[in-house]
Amino acid sequence: MSELRFTVEHEWLRQDADGLVTVGITAYAQEALGDVVFVQLPEVQGYAEGDEVAVLESVKAASNIAMPLDGEVVEVNGELESSPELVNEDPLGKGWFFRFRPANASAVADLLDQAAYERLLNANADA
Amino acid sequence: MTTETLAKTPLHALHIELGARMVPFAGYDMPVQYPLGVMKEHLHTRDAAGLFDVSHMGQIVLRGEHAARALETLVPVDIIDLPVGMQRYAMFTDDNGGILDDLMVANLGNDTLFLVVNAACKDQDLAHLQKHIGSQCEIESLFEARALLALQGPKAVDVLARLAPEVAKMTFMQFAPVRLLGVDCFVSRSGYTGEDGFEISVPAEHAETLARSLLAEPEVEAIGLGARDSLRLEAGLCLYGHDMSTATTPIEASLLWAISKARRLDGLRAGNFPGAGRIFEQQRDGVASKRVGLLPQERVPVREGAEIVDADGTVIGTVCSGGFGPTLGAPVAMGYVQSAFVAVDTPVWAMVRGKRVAMKVAKTPFVPQRYYRG
Repeated sequence: MSELRFTVEHEWLRQDADGLVTVGITAYAQEALGDVVFVQLPEVQGYAEGDEVAVLESVKAASNIAMPLDGEVVEVNGELESSPELVNEDPLGKGWFFRFRPANASAVADLLDQAAYERLLNANADA
Repeated sequence: MTTETLAKTPLHALHIELGARMVPFAGYDMPVQYPLGVMKEHLHTRDAAGLFDVSHMGQIVLRGEHAARALETLVPVDIIDLPVGMQRYAMFTDDNGGILDDLMVANLGNDTLFLVVNAACKDQDLAHLQKHIGSQCEIESLFEARALLALQGPKAVDVLARLAPEVAKMTFMQFAPVRLLGVDCFVSRSGYTGEDGFEISVPAEHAETLARSLLAEPEVEAIGLGARDSLRLEAGLCLYGHDMSTATTPIEASLLWAISKARRLDGLRAGNFPGAGRIFEQQRDGVASKRVGLLPQERVPVREGAEIVDADGTVIGTVCSGGFGPTLGAPVAMGYVQSAFVAVDTPVWAMVRGKRVAMKVAKTPFVPQRYYRG
């Protein structure tokens, strides 16, 4: 298992040994959203970077999850359909959303690393 | 951020201290949730007691021997025969029968009425009162002078009775001057959650002391606007600007029950409020569309603004309020649908992100009301 990478949209990505990338949202993001009551997962198909692939609904509002990189979704976390609260309870673990095969495997490493993501959060907090 | 332009309630510093997430609401910087989170805050209120800061709402006093008669010219509600110590739900109507705001009116005795109006409408309501009845009674705004706290839930009575035992004897919609911690307050046994509970009007300078004292009781948690909205939605209660507006009459908003018998077409003091002609006409002839409760049959929440369609895909209405009901454990909504679709259990569909979500027209409240009627 490699270290996590992050997007400015507060998604985390983990490149696994099989070349697939697992995606979820960060602890900061789930905290900001509040109690998640519904997750609409992506279809198993190809998407372009920036495509809206999933929707998270909290008690109050809906927010979109964008595809972090070009690639093909190969697996979704079906457990979230009956237990959306896993996104709040275990965002980096059981609350994962989907796994995809990136069109360009090296693109993952170009995303924010842990230190860069923390700088982003600190900058947001100061803004 | 332009938070510096937002008004603050007397409890603002307390909200920050409690770790609330603040959002702009009706010109105020208000707590949408505390660290507990909307879901747990909602469930705690139904289970024990929740304290809400609703000081952004407008409190207004009308005084004078003609005050009740004057107010009756603006609302389709019996104010003249409102007993001393009772509160009643009302709405200001306009000349088309549209709803300018909804409000609570209490009779304090001594020719004095106490009004609570919505935050977003309060300046306009005050101007409306001054313009139309300002020459017939004295109108005093308590916008700055008073805070308003709501203590809601099945344990609210136990908590408040520790400060003032007499509140335990009050029944739903009773209103009384009560001394709390040595301060003269007004207490009504009412609220906006469907639960038993109280609303407490307290002088602004004493609000924080009272709030801290109530929060120190083991049953009480601070509850934000997020849970206030999900609680009122499960209780089937309307939110002004969403479930009713100047574009809807009380008949269309399914609020005929709130038009007092004395003010109806066959009543003792029929009409003589703005829009009475149109409202009576609609009562007699029916309306094109009406507010109903809606239960989505899937887990996906259906939000305000979603189109409602029939089996053929023809648009027949719009969702006016919608979200997830934590007590129900399922999404709940209200919407306006054409009158052919208002019967309970009628199947209709909402369009959510381009997909049809099956719903059923349902009775409100979605969760049983638990008011204390003695």
